[in-house]
Amino acid sequence: MAYTIEGNSGSWEVVVGLEVHAQVISKAKLFSGAATAFGAAPNSQVSLVDAAFPGMLPVLNGECVAQAVRTGLGLNAEIHLHSRFDRKNYFYADLPSGYQISQYEHPIVGKGVIEIELADGSTRQIGVTRLHLEQDAGKSLHDQHPTKTFVDLNRSGVALMEIVSEPDIRSPEEAGAYVRKLRSILRYLGTCDGNMEEGSLRADVNVSVRKAGEPYRTRCEIKNVNSIRFVMQAVEVEALRQIKVWEDGGEVVQETRLFDSARGTTRSMRSKEDAHDYRYFPDPDLLPLILDPAWVETLRAALPELPDAKRARFIDAFGLSPYDSGVLVAEQPTAHYFETVAAGRDPKLAANWITGDLFGALNRTSRSIEDSPVSAASLGALLDLISDKTINGKIAKQVFEEMVETGAAPDAIVQARGLRQVVDTSAIDAAVDAVIAANPDKAAEYRSGKDKLFGFFVGQVMKAMAGKGNPALVNDAVKAKLG
Amino acid sequence: MISDFTLASARAALRARDVSSVELTQHFLGAIEALNPQLNAFITVTGERALAQAAAADAALASGDQGALLGIPLAIKDLFCTEGVRTTAGSRILSPFVPPYESTVTANLLRDGAVFLGKANMDEFAMGSSNATSAFGPVVNPWTRTGDNRPLVPGGSSGGSAAAVAAGLALGATATDTGGSIRQPASFCGIAGIKPTYGRCSRWGVVAFASSLDQAGPVARNVEDCAILLGSMAGYDPKDSTSANIAVPDFAAACRRGVKGLRIGVPREYRSDDMPPEIEAIWQQGLGWLRDAGAEIVDVSLPHTKYGLATYYIVAPAEASSNLARYDGVRFGARSNGEDLTALYENTRADGFGAEVQRRIMIGTYVLSAGYYDAYYIRAQKIRSLILKDFTDVFARVDALVTPTAPSAAFGLGDRLDDPIKMYFNDVFTVPANMAGIPGMSVPAGLDAQGLPLGLQVLGRPFDEETVFAVAQAIEDAAGFVAKPSVRAGG
Repeated sequence: MAYTIEGNSGSWEVVVGLEVHAQVISKAKLFSGAATAFGAAPNSQVSLVDAAFPGMLPVLNGECVAQAVRTGLGLNAEIHLHSRFDRKNYFYADLPSGYQISQYEHPIVGKGVIEIELADGSTRQIGVTRLHLEQDAGKSLHDQHPTKTFVDLNRSGVALMEIVSEPDIRSPEEAGAYVRKLRSILRYLGTCDGNMEEGSLRADVNVSVRKAGEPYRTRCEIKNVNSIRFVMQAVEVEALRQIKVWEDGGEVVQETRLFDSARGTTRSMRSKEDAHDYRYFPDPDLLPLILDPAWVETLRAALPELPDAKRARFIDAFGLSPYDSGVLVAEQPTAHYFETVAAGRDPKLAANWITGDLFGALNRTSRSIEDSPVSAASLGALLDLISDKTINGKIAKQVFEEMVETGAAPDAIVQARGLRQVVDTSAIDAAVDAVIAANPDKAAEYRSGKDKLFGFFVGQVMKAMAGKGNPALVNDAVKAKLG
Repeated sequence: MISDFTLASARAALRARDVSSVELTQHFLGAIEALNPQLNAFITVTGERALAQAAAADAALASGDQGALLGIPLAIKDLFCTEGVRTTAGSRILSPFVPPYESTVTANLLRDGAVFLGKANMDEFAMGSSNATSAFGPVVNPWTRTGDNRPLVPGGSSGGSAAAVAAGLALGATATDTGGSIRQPASFCGIAGIKPTYGRCSRWGVVAFASSLDQAGPVARNVEDCAILLGSMAGYDPKDSTSANIAVPDFAAACRRGVKGLRIGVPREYRSDDMPPEIEAIWQQGLGWLRDAGAEIVDVSLPHTKYGLATYYIVAPAEASSNLARYDGVRFGARSNGEDLTALYENTRADGFGAEVQRRIMIGTYVLSAGYYDAYYIRAQKIRSLILKDFTDVFARVDALVTPTAPSAAFGLGDRLDDPIKMYFNDVFTVPANMAGIPGMSVPAGLDAQGLPLGLQVLGRPFDEETVFAVAQAIEDAAGFVAKPSVRAGG
């Protein structure tokens, strides 16, 4: 069911294209040897090239090129063996050279595709128009001094990949799914850490609305949206704003807007008339970038298994549902955790424990799977205790909670607490006898055909055994004694 | 006598311990002190530093060090960043700028033992053909017309370098050439100068004018001195992506190759009706010398020559408009404050840049603007490839080309300033080599009727400076150019 917004004049379709800026993981900047670590003291990672001193020249960092190619391969995109760097000219205090080196006409990566998964289980293909390499600018700090602006050039010259989508996205959910999927792929590839809070991943969101069957109407670009939730909100509020403009008889003007997350609105930043004329031209300090096809193949051969392939494998090899597989592969550490737990064990059981109990515990304790209080080996050991019938499933939940609390090993907990499952049939028989003796009327009702009371007896027996009875043996005994 | 030294003979004298580097350096510092007030060839003189370098060189010479330029006093065009020494690019906007780094070319010279006397005056940001656009005042050509003491321009943009060498204020100098800035002043000042192949010398640490055209090279008293200097300046530099990873040959040895059997092309498009007959005559004479020395003279055609100047004045300003954006008063150089960031930019750049630089920034901004880019910049780039193709085609048939260096001898200080197009016309013969990236050298060939030097230009294949040196040397040998300018150290 396609997403539409009902206006006074009928249904509106939302059209979205995303430009994602992803900071490349590399030790040095795109054109200088300065370091790129996040959070360093202001202006402590600035070379003379980054500060655009007279006579300084850019030298391309080969690792950044490799990262862009890996990303292109991961997006099933064309790798352009011939690309070029251009200068994008504009003045700003945090742009030392007065131009940003970018790739305008000839990007390193061309058309690709990202498959997104939606909550209803459906998937959609979103086209990627291009990926190009460019430099980040520095940062202007307006809040450090009453009358002055401070400039931090640490980020100046850091490599970014700008990944542009086709206007194929049709709802806030799809926009969110796109960014989530893209981030997942980048993280798998190790080409961007995807950390939106630190600004390593930012999205410019292009939104327009139209009636079904119409050509595209005027779009607005919402700049620098820095969380997936905000991307989804921005799409929605901007679409609503535009619908109102159209339905009030107005016209949407092409402009750049900002998303105000506090107010949940977008507001105008600059109109098309104020738009810069960037005067792009090929950077004469740099040679055309020519890639050796054999080198590209080397990178392709070294790519890790990516989310889509992993998801297909989890469905095929482990018999997991598409939904569970999607959840498990979204983050590489989760997939790795799952595979460790599932190795030699029941994969569905492993998946259920991870997506249920483990995710719940991580959420509750605000921890990530990388610093999970329960390691994959420990969870595996817990599942082993279930399958060798040392404990039953119910007790296992109890043990798991204690593992989360204390980080202790499951067998140690079982040992210390005496949670070992009771498989001694005489003990079980005795417990069953005692429960029947204590509930003669209910026993009579059961025997006269009230089958539903079976569960009552099992429950009472388990309770009497502090939950440690082997469920199958308890069932058998209850059936035998009442039968 | 020190004032008669060439670089090569000074080097021999230093190695023979007939003279010390300190003596040489003192001589040149004295000459600068005496003549610079008149010529204005230096913006900054670094006397103490030079004497310290000279003393170190003498110590190294005493211990048998044979560095290619050990103890040789040079002038450095003020476009080369020199660590700890103010570097202005001839502009007010960089007047307070002291670089914390040394350009690769000057570092190479220091590695080989050179002594730096100071920073040579130049057209602002190397934009000019008369050295009149310098924020530090014009340079005066040491030559004057016979019986006429009115000051003449030294050419530009490397006018300070050329005047310093011609007047005996240095044994040689670094220079740069974006459209003729080495060759035209060399011609006007009666000295030799070579713009090597684009990529031969690193541009790292050289204040950029037009990155795809800028190339460093030497000016010196003769061809061999240029060869020695270029041998030290050149070389691959990983810090410059456009630097060529090609071994530097022995240029000085190439000077002695001779021209016997070489085919020398004469491009017919370099002949125009309004060219002074004296220049045509000296051109013919140069070709005659080469024929006498055993070369074959061949008429060739470079059909796109006539578009060279027009395309140059699109490409060079376009790149300059972007290269000069960094002079914004924010991080270094001069700043003129304003009430907001835009005012700061406007005031800084209005106060800091001279009229010619502002003109070229505006031309460059215009030709790159949306709606004009295709008509100007793209078309200019297409013509540029055609110009390169012209050269590639003729170099399949000939080994070098010989043309006049400039369409005139030195002109009067203040002439042509009111007409930028006329000024730009100075570069008509030199610009094509920059557009094609090929090496070009100017060598003095004689005097005009007014007693002013005229140079001939030798153009060669990319990375074949050796043939260029051989041809230039043959012209120099035949010309026997011994005339001296009216202003010269040591009389």
